[in-house]
This record gives sequence, structure tokens and C-alpha cells, in this order.
Amino acid sequence: MSQHDTPAASAADRRGFMTKLLAIMCGGLATLPPLVAGLWMFLDPLRRRGAAATFLPVTDLASVPDDGIPRQFAVVSDRIDAWTGFAAEPIGAVYLRREKGSDTVQALSATCPHAGCFVEIESQERCFRCPCHNSKFMLDGGMVAPSPSPRAMDGLECQVAKNGEIAVKWQNFYTGIADKVARP
Amino acid sequence: MKPQHQHDQKQMPPRPVGRSGMLGQLADFLDDRTGYRAVMHEALYERVPGGARWRYVWGSALVFAFMTQVITGLVLWASYSASAQTAWESVYYIQHEMTGGWLLRGIHHVMAQALVVLLALHLMQVVIDGAYRAPREVNFWLGLVLMMLVLGMALTGYLLPWDQKGYWATRVATNLAGLVPLVGPSLQQVVVGGPDYGHHTLTRFFAIHAGFLPVTLVLMLVVHLSLFRKHGLCAKQPIVRPDAMFWPDQVLKDAVAMLAVMAVVLGVILMPALRAMLEGRPIVPGELGAELGAPADPSLPYAAARPEWYFLFLFQFLKVFEGFGASGEFFGAIVVPGLVMGVMFLMPILGRWQLGHRFNVAFTFALLAGIGLLTAMATNEDYAALWADRGAFADVEKLLEETENDKAKIAAHFGNDAAKIAAFEARVKKLDRIRHSQSFLDAVALAKADAARSIELAGRPERIPPAGMMELVRNDALSQGPKLFAQHCASCHAHVDPGAPEAQAVLAKASAANLHGFGTAAWMRGLLDPKQVAGPAYFGNTAHKEDDMVNFVQNDLTDAATWKPDDIEAVIVAMAAEAGLAAAGTPPAVIEKGRGLVADGERCGSCHRFTPNETAHGSAPDLTGWGSREWLVGLIVDPTHERFYGDSNDRMPSFGKAEEAAAPILTRRQIEMIADWLRGDWYRPTGHAH
Ligand code: FES
Repeated sequence: MSQHDTPAASAADRRGFMTKLLAIMCGGLATLPPLVAGLWMFLDPLRRRGAAATFLPVTDLASVPDDGIPRQFAVVSDRIDAWTGFAAEPIGAVYLRREKGSDTVQALSATCPHAGCFVEIESQERCFRCPCHNSKFMLDGGMVAPSPSPRAMDGLECQVAKNGEIAVKWQNFYTGIADKVARP
Repeated sequence: MKPQHQHDQKQMPPRPVGRSGMLGQLADFLDDRTGYRAVMHEALYERVPGGARWRYVWGSALVFAFMTQVITGLVLWASYSASAQTAWESVYYIQHEMTGGWLLRGIHHVMAQALVVLLALHLMQVVIDGAYRAPREVNFWLGLVLMMLVLGMALTGYLLPWDQKGYWATRVATNLAGLVPLVGPSLQQVVVGGPDYGHHTLTRFFAIHAGFLPVTLVLMLVVHLSLFRKHGLCAKQPIVRPDAMFWPDQVLKDAVAMLAVMAVVLGVILMPALRAMLEGRPIVPGELGAELGAPADPSLPYAAARPEWYFLFLFQFLKVFEGFGASGEFFGAIVVPGLVMGVMFLMPILGRWQLGHRFNVAFTFALLAGIGLLTAMATNEDYAALWADRGAFADVEKLLEETENDKAKIAAHFGNDAAKIAAFEARVKKLDRIRHSQSFLDAVALAKADAARSIELAGRPERIPPAGMMELVRNDALSQGPKLFAQHCASCHAHVDPGAPEAQAVLAKASAANLHGFGTAAWMRGLLDPKQVAGPAYFGNTAHKEDDMVNFVQNDLTDAATWKPDDIEAVIVAMAAEAGLAAAGTPPAVIEKGRGLVADGERCGSCHRFTPNETAHGSAPDLTGWGSREWLVGLIVDPTHERFYGDSNDRMPSFGKAEEAAAPILTRRQIEMIADWLRGDWYRPTGHAH
């Protein structure tokens, strides 16, 4: 845009440039606070961490028959949702299963490793089936290929106390990947 | 109109043409498909007759302020939850726990006020410049509608935190809407979302605040701006300087104005932080920016209720019509503002004549002056006590008390001298004003304390119960205890620190024991003091003032042969330990010794049962667990129980005992809160909860 070659014209150009620069700077500076504050607050969720994985009492040995068929139990825990504190609320579900004559209990998360739907037990077919995209799993949680799910059902650590009380280490895992990775 | 000869100095810059380079090619590609350059050119190269001026910045500043509200409002929206059980809670969370929440909410809150101020300035500038004249009438009207939309957003936004302040202000505003003839009650019910205030009041106000009004406003703003472009800027006459382009000359001035507005807004938010820093106090971000009061409670009086400052004039104006009933309020709240708006809508028509224009300018200034005056009056009424010297009215207060405000007695005092009586009455009026202001200030202080307590409670590690904050506040001994005590106990019992200057006056009025520090060693020490036991702080004003206990303290305890000072001290400490309020580090041996003395059948135990002694109930209160929560609750529930005073109970009602068909005076929980408060047993945050 420098068709003007005279010194006066170029001085005017320079002034014009300075004006433009200043205008943009002032305008930008003025808009910055709401944008920064907005982004700052909008990203607050990144700062939040879920409750640490802990063993939660679920049921007792007598409630899990040793027939190899998984049974569904609610996991109950205190829960904090932003500002609300819930006391002893069902926060999820697990499947517990016991082989004939065994005292060890296998615990499986009911969350589908594919995309997080609630896996159901199919008593007739003697398997697990996810209602969302039809992933199938064996009763011990193993994969039934071909499957939309990239991995077997997620096992959870499980403790059986002397008095028969069963506690499960409640954890969530990232879905959609082949490896079982716990969420922080 | 425009002196064309001055325009040739600055030419319309040529339209930019294609450029080279990657970016240039991309720009060319986009321009080919969208024609954005022409649009930008059109937008930026608007001619500003007579050059850029500071007086043209108000419109841009308003658009900027509004855009700020849109940005901050959207982010607030992402964290706000509109229901009676979550509105306060979510705003608390935004303000006190989310990163930057205080800043964002602060900007939204203060910018809303800046918006109102800028509106007034913009309107003034338009009227003074006569910018409403043909062909700009429609745009002026649009501007007035935009103003009402902004005020509507301010009004509806005030309720959303669902705190006491917003709740009561909204009740007033919606009740005023109910005064509109014919449709009023229905209108009110529609706005409130039902016959009562609750979930739907919030969902509706939120939808109006963040949906209906802003969408309408944006549509109107688009028309307002395009009409503004169509007619061009209404230049200040006469034009003496050369024309300039909107970009960059006027844009620079506009941008500086925006920056100034934002600087003021940030200044208002950060000022308290600066003050705290200078005074060496810690800065608590949650306390900066917008206030959050205690959660809305329809059962709690709220004398600090005031609208936002820019509506204060209306509030004050309504007082003029006090005493005229609903028709007066209707006149003040609807007719007069309606007429004012009517005149403003007529301005473009009136402005066709020079005289009309002068009238418009005068009217605008008169209006603003009136608003300023009313605001000042309202402020003065509320805050007069801050600068008035109440001490100067001590004689008036004394005389009023002596004469019990009896006209005849006052007249007699002044020897029926009419002039003196009139002068006195004038001073009484002044005193009344100070008193009113003082009670407002007290209410504000109480509101502040309640708000701070609510926020403290909300930060408990257990968090807020699902039923909402109200449940916590209503069950909080610290905030409810004093209120319940004032309502049910204070007509007989004092609750005053014996060391306080007003203690003697308060105690003189009481007809039962002073319960300040009940259960502590200090309280017990007073009871066992021969000089105090029959005084007003203990049994002095009760039916027990000549009973065995007074006798015992005054005669037996003073016998140093049986009661050594160490023994008495041991009893005192043992009783405080019984209440669970013994000072930390009290030697257990002393407590044990005291317990033995109390149980001793030759000493306290001769009248009082105190486990393990087996003294029969009936002669004196059972001291087992004396002053503990359980003991105190039991006493308040039923002092006539044989465990306490039995038949010799002196006037104290059985607060927790159902009388025949009637429910007890107080619920169990209320009694517990009184007991907890008396015992100083309430939630205290340990460090910072988060
Ligand atoms: S979520 Fe279970 S199969 Fe997709």
C-alpha cells in the first residue's frame, strides 16, 4: 500500500500503522480478562481427581453360590459430587463368581471395556453380553472373538475376610483400548 | 449538512487486492468463496464525519460490555444449576471452589453494573447530540427497548444465586408486577412459575436471563447496529476537523474506552485484595468479586433486603407512596415509570422542534438528577447511623425511656411549652432516622455473618447434604442457637459475658440465671461464690434465691474448716469435666478429688444425686453428667422431671414435652441446637477445607 513515496505520506503511514497496532492491542487487552477467566474456570474439571481406589465391602461369601454363575452386586460407598456429599450410595455394580467348592471369589467390573455400557448376564447362553454393541464374554470374563471389545472384562481385586465378608477394590478403567489401564 | 469540501484530505483507502505467499493465497481463496474482504472493508472503513471523537465511544463500549457478559455468562452457565436445592450450592462452588470462579463471576457481576452506567451515558450522549432526530427515530426507539432488555437481565440475574438478598429483592419485584391491573396476578404467577417461589422460579428466571432476553437483545442489537450504519454516525456539529475512517482512528478510541471499562471492572473486583495486602491480611479469592449471601430462607426475616444499587432510586421512590396502599404502589412502581418511558419514546417527535429538543435534554438531565437524588436519599436513610452522632441524642433517648414515650408525660416534662415540645419531637424524628439506619446496618452485619457461616459450613469435608444447604444451616447450632435462645429463652435468661460493659444492665432485666459459659469452670466458680450465688447472674431473680443452695454456698462453703479453697476448686473442675468442658490439661487427680467431694453424702451428695451416691431424686438436680449435652437437653425438654427440679421448678416451661394434644414447643433438634450453642459445640473448620 505504499504508493505514496513522499516523506510526509510515509510518516502518515507510520502513524496509521501505530494507530492500528495500538487499537488492536487495547482491544485485545480489554477482551483478555473475560476470556482468560472463562477458560480458567472452564478447565477446572481437569484439576479434579476421582476418589482413590479402595476396598469396599460388597457382600458375604454365603451370598455367592459356588456354581460358577456370576451374581450381580451393588457397590455402595460415600460419594462426593461437586458440592453434594452422598452417604452410602450405590456407585456401581460388580459380578462375583465362585467355582465349585472354592473359597476364592472372582470379581468383574460390570462396565464394558468397549465403550462403557453395562454388561448383562445372559443366563440361557451362559455368557455375558453387552447390550450396546453385542460384545460377548465368557462367564469368567474372557473374550469371545470376534468382539467389538478390545479386551476381556475387567477383573477387580477381591478380598475375602475370615468372617466371609467380601470386599472389592473399586476402580474404573479406560475403555476402548487393549490394555487395562486404571483411571486416576 | 456535511461540508463536503473537508472530505478530500483523507481518501477512502483502496480495496485490498490479492496477495502472494501462503497466507495471502489462503486469504484469496477464502475471499473468493466468502467475499469477506468486502465485508471487512465495509465494516471498518465507515466514514466518521469530523474525525474520531471520544464522545462516540459509548456505543462500542456497550457492545463490548455486553459481549463480556455473553462470554462470562456462558461459562457460568456451564457450572450453574437452577433449582432451589442446587442454585446456591452451585454458585458457592463456582465462587469458592472452582479455579478462577471468583474472577469470572466477579467480572459478570461488576460488568452488569458497568453496563447500566454505560447505558445511561450512551443515552445522555444521544439525547444531547439530538441523535434521535429523523431519520434515526426508529433506532432511538430500538435503543430504549435494548435498555429495558438490559435492565430486565439485571433484574432476573439478581435472583439466580438464590441467596437471601436475591430472594427477597425478587419477591418484592414480582409482587410489584402483580399490581398491574387485570393481568397482574396472572403475570406474577407466570413469572414466578407457580403460586410460590421455588424450582420453577429459578428455571424461569434463568431461561429469561440467559435465553429469552439475550436472544431478543442480540436480534435487536443487529438491527440497531445496521440502522446505525445505514444512517451513519450522527456527527457533533459543527464539523471543524477533517473526516476520518472508523478504522483505525475511531477504533483506537473505542478500544481505549473498552480497556478503561475493563480496568475499572477489574479494579472494583481486586480493590479489596489490594486493601487486604496493604493491611497484611490473607487474601481469600472467594471473598473477591460478587457477594454470595446466606441461602434463601423464606422463614427468616431479612431486614437487609435492598435491590441492586441502580434500582435503589425506584425503591426509594416507592416510599413516597407509602401509606397509599396498593393503588399508591401501583402508581409509583408502574404508572410513573411508564410515563417516564412514554416521554422518552416521544423524544424523537418532540425533538423536531428546537424547543422540544431542549425539553428532551432538560428532561433527561432532570431524570438523572432525580435518580441521583433518590439514590442519595436511600443511601442516606440506610447509612445515616455511620456518620450521625447518636451520642448527641442521649438525653432524648433517656427521656423517651423515662416517659415511656407517653405524650402527656413528655409535655409535662417540658412544662407544656409548645415550642420546646416541638423541638423535642423534631429531635425524636432525627433519632428515629438514626435508629432505623442502625437496625439496617445491624441487619447487614447479621446477613454478612450468616453468609460467612453458610460458606464455612458448605466447605465441610462431608460436603452439602443432597437436600441442600438449607438443611445444614437450619441444623447449625452456631447460627440457629442464638435465634432460638432469643425467641424462647431470653425472656428470662440472660446470655451475656459477665465481663462485658453492658452485663449489669442486661442481668438486671433477667429473671433467671445467666447462661453465658454454662457448663464451664468459670460459670461454676460464680455459682459457688457466696457473693454471686444470690446475684442476678445466678439465683438472685428466681424463686430459689433463698433456697438451700444459696444458703449452702453462703454459709457452708465459707467455712474454711470443712471446705478448703482447694476442695472448692476441685469441685468446680470436676463439674466442668462432667460437662465435658474442662480446660485441656486439667489434672485427672483433681477431677477425681472433686468428684469424690460432690458424691460425698456429707457434702453436695446430701441433696444432689451424683453417681455413685444413691441420694434420692427430688431435693435437688441430679449432677451426674451435669452440663453435658444429654443433661442439658433433658433439662430443657422437661425441667419438672424428678431428675432436675421436680415440683420446685421455677416457671421454666417443659419445652420438649407434649402437653395433652399440643405438640411440644420445640422439636428435639431445636433443643439440641440450643444446648450445643450454649455449650459452644458446633462445627469449626480446621484450616482450609479444600
Ligand atoms: S459398549 Fe459394550 S459392546 Fe460397545
